[in-house]
Amino acid sequence: MILKYLIEKEFKQIKRNKFLSRMVFVFPFMMLAVLPQAANFEVKDINLSIIDNNHTTYSQRLIQKIAASDYFHIQTIPTNERQALKSIEKDESDIILEIPSHFEQDLIRTKAANVMISANAVNGMKGGLGSAYLASILAEYNGEIRAELMPSTAKAFPSGMEITKIFRFNPDLKYKYMMVPAIMVMLLTLICGFLPAFNIVSEKENGTIEQMNVTPVNKFSLILSKLIPYWVIGFIVLNICFGVAWLFYGMWPKGSILTIYLFASVHVLSISGLGLVISNYAKTLQQAMFMVFFIIITFIFMSGLYTPVDNMPQWAQYISDIDPLKYFIRVMRLVYLKGSSTADLIKPFMALCSFAVIFNLWAVLSYRKSNN
Amino acid sequence: MNTKETVPEGKVVVARNLTKMFGGFTAVDHISFEVDKGEIFGFLGANGAGKTTAMRMLCGLSKQTSGHAWVAGFDIASESESIKKCIGYMSQKFALYEDLEVWENIRLYAGIYGVPEKEIAPKTDELLQRLGFESEKHTLVKSLPLGWKQKLAFSVAIFHEPKIVFLDEPTGGVDPATRRQFWELIYQAADRGITVFVTTHYMDEAEYCNRVTIMVDGRIDALDSPKNLKQQYHAKNMNEVFHQLARNAKRTEK
Amino acid sequence: MSKSALPTELKRTPRENWRFFRTFVRKEFYHIFRDRMTMLILLAMPILMLVLFGYALNTEVKNSKIAVYDPSRDDVTRAMVEKLQINHYFILSRMLNSPDEMDKVFKSGEVSMVVVFSENFYENLLHGGHAQIQLIADGSDPNTASTITTYASNILAGYQIELLEMNKIPYQITPEIKLLYNPSMVAAYNFVPGVMGMIILLICAMMTSISIAREKENGTMEILLVSPMKPLYVILSKAVPYFFLSIVNLCTILVVSVFVMGVPIAGSFFWLIAISLLYIFVSLALGLLISSVVNTQMAAMLISAMGLMMPVMLLSGMLFPSENMPLFLQLIGDVIPAKWYIEAVKKIMIKGLGVGAILNELAVLSGMAVALISISLRNFKIRLE
Repeated sequence: MILKYLIEKEFKQIKRNKFLSRMVFVFPFMMLAVLPQAANFEVKDINLSIIDNNHTTYSQRLIQKIAASDYFHIQTIPTNERQALKSIEKDESDIILEIPSHFEQDLIRTKAANVMISANAVNGMKGGLGSAYLASILAEYNGEIRAELMPSTAKAFPSGMEITKIFRFNPDLKYKYMMVPAIMVMLLTLICGFLPAFNIVSEKENGTIEQMNVTPVNKFSLILSKLIPYWVIGFIVLNICFGVAWLFYGMWPKGSILTIYLFASVHVLSISGLGLVISNYAKTLQQAMFMVFFIIITFIFMSGLYTPVDNMPQWAQYISDIDPLKYFIRVMRLVYLKGSSTADLIKPFMALCSFAVIFNLWAVLSYRKSNN
Repeated sequence: MNTKETVPEGKVVVARNLTKMFGGFTAVDHISFEVDKGEIFGFLGANGAGKTTAMRMLCGLSKQTSGHAWVAGFDIASESESIKKCIGYMSQKFALYEDLEVWENIRLYAGIYGVPEKEIAPKTDELLQRLGFESEKHTLVKSLPLGWKQKLAFSVAIFHEPKIVFLDEPTGGVDPATRRQFWELIYQAADRGITVFVTTHYMDEAEYCNRVTIMVDGRIDALDSPKNLKQQYHAKNMNEVFHQLARNAKRTEK
Repeated sequence: MSKSALPTELKRTPRENWRFFRTFVRKEFYHIFRDRMTMLILLAMPILMLVLFGYALNTEVKNSKIAVYDPSRDDVTRAMVEKLQINHYFILSRMLNSPDEMDKVFKSGEVSMVVVFSENFYENLLHGGHAQIQLIADGSDPNTASTITTYASNILAGYQIELLEMNKIPYQITPEIKLLYNPSMVAAYNFVPGVMGMIILLICAMMTSISIAREKENGTMEILLVSPMKPLYVILSKAVPYFFLSIVNLCTILVVSVFVMGVPIAGSFFWLIAISLLYIFVSLALGLLISSVVNTQMAAMLISAMGLMMPVMLLSGMLFPSENMPLFLQLIGDVIPAKWYIEAVKKIMIKGLGVGAILNELAVLSGMAVALISISLRNFKIRLE
């Protein structure tokens, strides 16, 4: 079969390209090893500046209570608002808590007091979460004070409900568990979708793809021969990823690896189709590169790899609906972390299949057009 | 426009009023000719005269605008896939993959053209021996000197013993001695019954062909053996023949 | 060519050199502009990134889907479920009929959190019995999980206060929360410097190196090098158009972010441009450096993409906060010019600080520029000789 010889040729060329062949294995390794450690949105060590204008036992107690919590790292306590603001500017503090000068008076006499929390919102997470944590510590403190000041009547008030938080699938809330499956998807996409596109456009640019036109090789075989080597490499890389994830992070898919293989195959089909589409429209390698870059940026960021899809505004969520990465990343995370089975994942499966059909159809149509 | 014409027996290439237009520009203007089996047929002309375009149509790389042609008995309009199986092709621009070794290139093309796998290795060694290339079996093509690349490319093009081999400016960029060696190979192939269809702008190579045509502005302005042409135009060599014809050309390289 | 044909000496006058230089630069511009597709994408790219980061990507949690298991089904629990849905934080996906269904809704990814009420909730609440709410969150996305549980518990606790009229309880401390710099709490502004850093790098490092590599691949580099112009200037002539291109894109980004997205330029415009120019030089030098070590376009592209753009995106602080990273990654980040640039721009543009605050960054970038330019020059000299 002619295809055999073509595939042989492609493999040899990839092997000869020392740079490419090394990179194809080194890059995934590095991404998996480095990225989950860098990609961390954990909010820790929130820097808090407290301005105590009151200087009473009540304010001191509050400060101590806050200091005792794990969330905050109290900065050298500034003496006035201007200093506090400056420390935010210098990025030394994230939140300022200001206790007014009449705090104790208000509390004891009028039985209602205020405090001011100002949060640096340039770093969105710290501001929001930080102020929420602070508010809950304050509420605890409030309850303690009240119980002390009105012990007799404490029983008159209901004890309140108990709210407990439980985190499933990732009880320690490690960010890596979220990133690792997503990175695998990204790598598979790059290797099986875009590398073949670059290969084809490169050959288009230097004319060697034309030399197949005189031979009895048919177009379909030619294209298959350009895709199959990368499929093989992608598959190998995927398995290497499983190994690295286990070695470095102790992660092993909770669900079935076969499920992952199934979805990966469909995804690879669709992403190869997309790569072919690009190779039909791009006349030079630089054009191909730009198109790929544009698409990657859109797909990766809209897929929920970086920020959750649920957080996006409605119009953006519609766009993410046509992002194949979104579905596969979700599937990967579900299978890896929660052990979901194929039965649970019918919807994304259908979506991925449709992408495969659409992209490949588009590839065929755009090929006909560009070769007329 | 015509219904399917019948192809004359025994002719390896037949062209009748073959025309190619790009928009309003006529690159190949109603050319007609026939080529016999085992003939070395030269397509001469200045750059831009239409030689390469004509050859591309015969190889199935480009669709004709009008006219008919048959290669190895197959109609180029409807049976190009069959044509591809029985031709060989080599051009100056590309022939071999630079990043593959010599034997790998041979193996690839041999496989593509249907040479049985068992035969590929022994035939490869035989070929390399004949060319004197055994030592280069594992050399990357890009490291070969140009003359060797050309000889090798030609040998690869006829490895599967096609009926006809198309050569597009195959000897550019090498010295005359190397070119002569190349033509030795062409003679050997022709002797084995392989028809050779070659385009060139080197007028001295025209002398090596059985018959030549000279294309000017897309038309065939002359078609005969070099000897007859020199007589006809009272010229000492093909160069002079060409100059006489080309003087009237509108499309020359500027 | 110029009329001053063959000079007696090989030295050319500065004016002639300048004219050659201009010609080469112009040729490069033609190359670039003729490629309409690339131009289009190049202009669309910053806008895409700004829209993405500014509007679409959001670390603020909203519209999280939840499920509820409520065996009590009394007025209070119903009211609480209502309360959770009123704001934009949560969307009720479904009510569960039994705790066993929890597994399924998690495994299909349908919900991020399940709220479980204990039985006879209201009664227990009133009479000091055991009234419990479990907020079971899907921990696969840690930040979302901790955020939504915090939100939910704050909402529920607040409802409790209302319900039991606890705000009439004496000794109540109320926090007033004010968010600085960014009242809508969209971390958009933070990314604009990142987008600037990326786009400039894309043009100056990636495109420049690819363009030079292309000439090498085609063999036309040698033709250029035998021209009367000093080889060094040949190389520089390739960098110049990308210099202008990056300035155009820089302006596009600034215009879009300031006028369309309302990002302030709180500090000195002059210093903003100054440090941007410095960073452009550094990136151009990087591009030249890359092109001096590669021979093919593919290689230039892959090195720029994997070795430059990726680390910049990941380690510069643009996507992920630097302080969370392990030390060795932070150190690697310090070697990346983009990190310094992005920091400086954040300080000037968003925090409105003066030049005093960016002295560090200015120094580091200047040092990098000098170092990189000398290394590339030396590389080129070696290769060309």
